[in-house]
Amino acid sequence: MTTLITINRIYYLVGFIVMLLVGMTLKDKGNPKRFTTALFWFLFGAIFLFGDLMVDQFGKSLAYRIIGVAVILIALLAGTGQLAPGSYADSSDEERKGFSKRFGNWLFFPAVLIPVITVACTILLKGVSIGGVFLLDQKQLTLASLCVACICALLAGWKLTGGSPLQAVRQSRRLVDSIGWAAILPLMLAMLGGVFVAAKTGNSVQQVVSLFVNPDNRFLVVVIYCVGMALFTMVMGNAFAAFPVMTAGIALPFLITGHHADPAPLVAIGMYSGYCGTLMTPMAANYNIVPAALLELKDKYQVIKVQIPTALTLLTVNVFLMYFLAFR
Amino acid sequence: MDSSALLPLIGIPIVVAGFALRFNPLLVVTVAGLVTGLSVGMDFGMLLETFGEKFINSRSLATFLLILPVIGLLEHYGLKERAQDWIASIASATSARILMLYFLLREGTAALGLTYLGGQAQTVRPLLAPMAEGAAVSAYGEDLPQTIRDKIKAHSAACDNIAVFFGEDIFIAFGAVLLMDAFLKENGITNIEPLHLGLWAIPTALSALIIHMFRLTRLDASIRRDVATWKNSSNLNGKQVTA
Repeated sequence: MTTLITINRIYYLVGFIVMLLVGMTLKDKGNPKRFTTALFWFLFGAIFLFGDLMVDQFGKSLAYRIIGVAVILIALLAGTGQLAPGSYADSSDEERKGFSKRFGNWLFFPAVLIPVITVACTILLKGVSIGGVFLLDQKQLTLASLCVACICALLAGWKLTGGSPLQAVRQSRRLVDSIGWAAILPLMLAMLGGVFVAAKTGNSVQQVVSLFVNPDNRFLVVVIYCVGMALFTMVMGNAFAAFPVMTAGIALPFLITGHHADPAPLVAIGMYSGYCGTLMTPMAANYNIVPAALLELKDKYQVIKVQIPTALTLLTVNVFLMYFLAFR
Repeated sequence: MDSSALLPLIGIPIVVAGFALRFNPLLVVTVAGLVTGLSVGMDFGMLLETFGEKFINSRSLATFLLILPVIGLLEHYGLKERAQDWIASIASATSARILMLYFLLREGTAALGLTYLGGQAQTVRPLLAPMAEGAAVSAYGEDLPQTIRDKIKAHSAACDNIAVFFGEDIFIAFGAVLLMDAFLKENGITNIEPLHLGLWAIPTALSALIIHMFRLTRLDASIRRDVATWKNSSNLNGKQVTA
């Protein structure tokens, strides 16, 4: 069965938008590093546009190696400070106040369309096909729905304000530039996670823990598992990457096998302890650093600083919840 | 235990040190990956292959870029200003009350699986942050200093993160629940259903709700104190200038 909006087509769209931004950056004489900034985004966009094509043409092994090289180039460009913000044609405060009066609360309409259409498509278009063609990618239903929603919102915005989708992309360049490398960090961390799994990091964790902790002390092992999940999540930027390593390293051998813990509350609360770590790490760029850029905060760690008190209190609560709920 | 067993962990100190020394995170993560792979004896070609494979398979993490054009366009035409004016017209709206309402809605809908109903790019930047900021501006005036505005904006972002993180695991079809389920089954524990994992997420979800709501109930007072400090210090400065 074929599909109309596949996840791969969405990647093409992302790649296409990134390439538009690359063209705009190349023409932006106000950016002192416009060539290297453009190259950075070109490499990123090319992986979206040509990644699947390369896998088809060259086979997985060679295509993945080429992308691996591109990824290292991306890291080098960012790591040597080759990215810079440009100059942007923004409306003045006065103009924006004028527009805001003219369009009134209708301005909310396209913005609200994004979540509403995403959810509506997720629920209504699940498994829906016309003439044997699925409308949306059934494996990536929310992302396909999000894509539909963004296009609808863009069209609604065009109708309302008269600003075309091309102008919309132009207006988004400031946002994309201010997010910069943080947009790519989550993908890089997924990559690091892959290497950690291939290197069997979980075994090493188990050995280190058994070296320092008396496995008979149930409470202490619970503390190590919860705090370990949080700390390892802080390093990996993602609780999903920390979960298999810490659970295979600590929870399975010491708590489930050793102390007969109830696995369901144990792993659920373990995962949540990892989330406490997510709230405290700049590695979770899409949650902590990207918003600071989006909101133009002077201190890019301010979101993390606001989250730390909640995260630490909750981590403590989790330790006790796990201790009492997993051993009833 | 021999020290070669520790080699796979070498990436962790590299990430920590790289961050402490303020190298660019992309560079730090790439170096950590390279060193870890090479030190456990993967050959360079295989390592590049792992890099490329994992990167291309996580492209979905960058789809939020699709949201930015709409937001850019609407902001060009005054969306932020509209959000602030609209909030100013509601007399009972304060920064903290707006955030609390959002927190409740966000955690509740996330528990039902509607995680895409909000988000940093789609709701916090265009709507929530301008509204929370707008409420403070209408209470304390247009010249509210940037530090206080930033504090409110950072709280808006935090609100979204905390609410969605601790709500979404209750929903059984969410990725984390499926991941835990798959992990347990893979390791021979077969008597657990995703529903149980979702149920055991509720105690933490409620604790997160209580803890963060408690902090938010104190936010308005904290903003008021910040404003008082700012007014005092600007009065003092004014006197020094005239003296």
